[in-house]
Amino acid sequence: MVDTTCRIGSVLFKNPVVMASGTFGFGREYAKFYDLNKLGGISGKGLTLKAKEGNEGLRVWETAAGMLNSVGLENPGIMGFLEEETPFWQQLDTVRIVNLGGGCLSDYEEGAEILENFSVRSLADERPAYDMIELNISCPNVKEGGMAYGIRTETAREVVRLVREATSLPLVVKLSPNAEDLTGMAAMCEEEGADGISLVNTFSAMKIDIHKRRSVFQNLYAGLSGPAIKPIALRMVHQVCKTVSIPVMGMGGISSAEDAIEFIMAGAETVQVGTHNFVSLRAGEELVEGISAFMRQEGIKSLQEIRGII
Amino acid sequence: MADAVILDNVQLSSGIFRMTVRSESGGLPGQFYMLRAWSTSPLLSRPISIFDIEGDQLHFLYQTAGEGTRLLSQLRAGDRIGLEGPFGNGFPAASGKIALAGGGIGIAPLYYALKHLPQAEVYLGFSREPYLVAEFERLSSRVTVDIGGYITDQIDLTAYDQVWVCGPEPMMKAMQRKNEAAGAAGKVFVSLENRMACGIGACLVCSTKTSGGRRKACADGPVFPVEEVVFGG
Repeated sequence: MVDTTCRIGSVLFKNPVVMASGTFGFGREYAKFYDLNKLGGISGKGLTLKAKEGNEGLRVWETAAGMLNSVGLENPGIMGFLEEETPFWQQLDTVRIVNLGGGCLSDYEEGAEILENFSVRSLADERPAYDMIELNISCPNVKEGGMAYGIRTETAREVVRLVREATSLPLVVKLSPNAEDLTGMAAMCEEEGADGISLVNTFSAMKIDIHKRRSVFQNLYAGLSGPAIKPIALRMVHQVCKTVSIPVMGMGGISSAEDAIEFIMAGAETVQVGTHNFVSLRAGEELVEGISAFMRQEGIKSLQEIRGII
Repeated sequence: MADAVILDNVQLSSGIFRMTVRSESGGLPGQFYMLRAWSTSPLLSRPISIFDIEGDQLHFLYQTAGEGTRLLSQLRAGDRIGLEGPFGNGFPAASGKIALAGGGIGIAPLYYALKHLPQAEVYLGFSREPYLVAEFERLSSRVTVDIGGYITDQIDLTAYDQVWVCGPEPMMKAMQRKNEAAGAAGKVFVSLENRMACGIGACLVCSTKTSGGRRKACADGPVFPVEEVVFGG
């Protein structure tokens, strides 16, 4: 028996495989393919205070070993999530993470307050529907916020501080690889009391249709994900792990158990798996089993033996 | 990913192929499968609609348009292919007199539909060389073929209770205008061909604008009442 458990703040994960926000809906669709309770955790679709329709026009373009997306945070809003999705989440025996995005500072603050109040209320009489918040200051696909807060450390500090004050829920901040000073950003999150950091979100990128002589995306730029970004994401996760002492959820192009092990050796507490869910609808289950198999083969009893060894 | 053995993969016309695989996963007319025969490049699976089902054989009709379909076209009998499905809502419950209208590779989901509706009348439009017309004629005595124009021009909406359409966007838009002029609702259904990533309704990249808000082409569709679709949204 191998010990695959991980911990971020007070939250215990049964294994390091967490499904990344925006690639997994709220889990329902994938529940038809495997038992979600096998997962370490699920980060739900990014939520904004009010429901959002997302971007118009084309939303996806394939690239070499990767893809660009321009979904633009289409989501049911926090209230829509609380009404429609929490009954399903309440039944799950895995770490459930609410991904909170925002337009302006007050939206982030109000969103965090609503999540805090709902959580406190539900704690009183039943099992809570979620275990932690992943603060998204890194979505590259929405103009009125998201990544705008994820570029400059001091701008991001305001959001992190407000949300930290608004909620006692365990808090992870999801960073953009497009940040001006990534390790400075990570250090700021630790200073402001975040329980952990997740990175990387997608890389701001572009595709031009040379016949139409314009970007294929109405929003001009889009977010690059998939195996193509893995080596850069791994380096960034490594740098952040060397900078902060709070746990890191590492992600970016993870497509196999071996990839996940690399991120853990680079120092990540858990990993997140995003685009690979599209390549294999059973990706979560496969990675959980693959990591245990690797540990058995290598005689690793606990992930702690290999975490951050590089 | 579930995988299946390819029994046949033949070229029917320039860039048009029919692949047969052994699978008992079945499906309804208008549903699709996600197919892949590669690891990370291209990255995504390809949504391909069900052309026909015979016992434990699934048939797909596809056109080579990019890297993925080109790789599919190179597969041979005996090769294995990754496949997930069937997905999507498929065509609605049939009622009354039905016309099936396909443009180019958009004829693909109509053949299996016709098998269930032998009384349906068929309209097939091609920009150049037609294909599979004889196969459709074997199932229906009322097949109209158009080359180079809009096949939708030949359909008298008042003659049918339902019209099921699949084809390039300009064709479906033409059908929408025609339907709007006739003031019809709940009569014309279009099958959308949006680019997809997950195929199951989780990623929202195929989300399409409709009069009832954003809908997922893969899970809420691909078939929608034409009057609800906002093309280009």
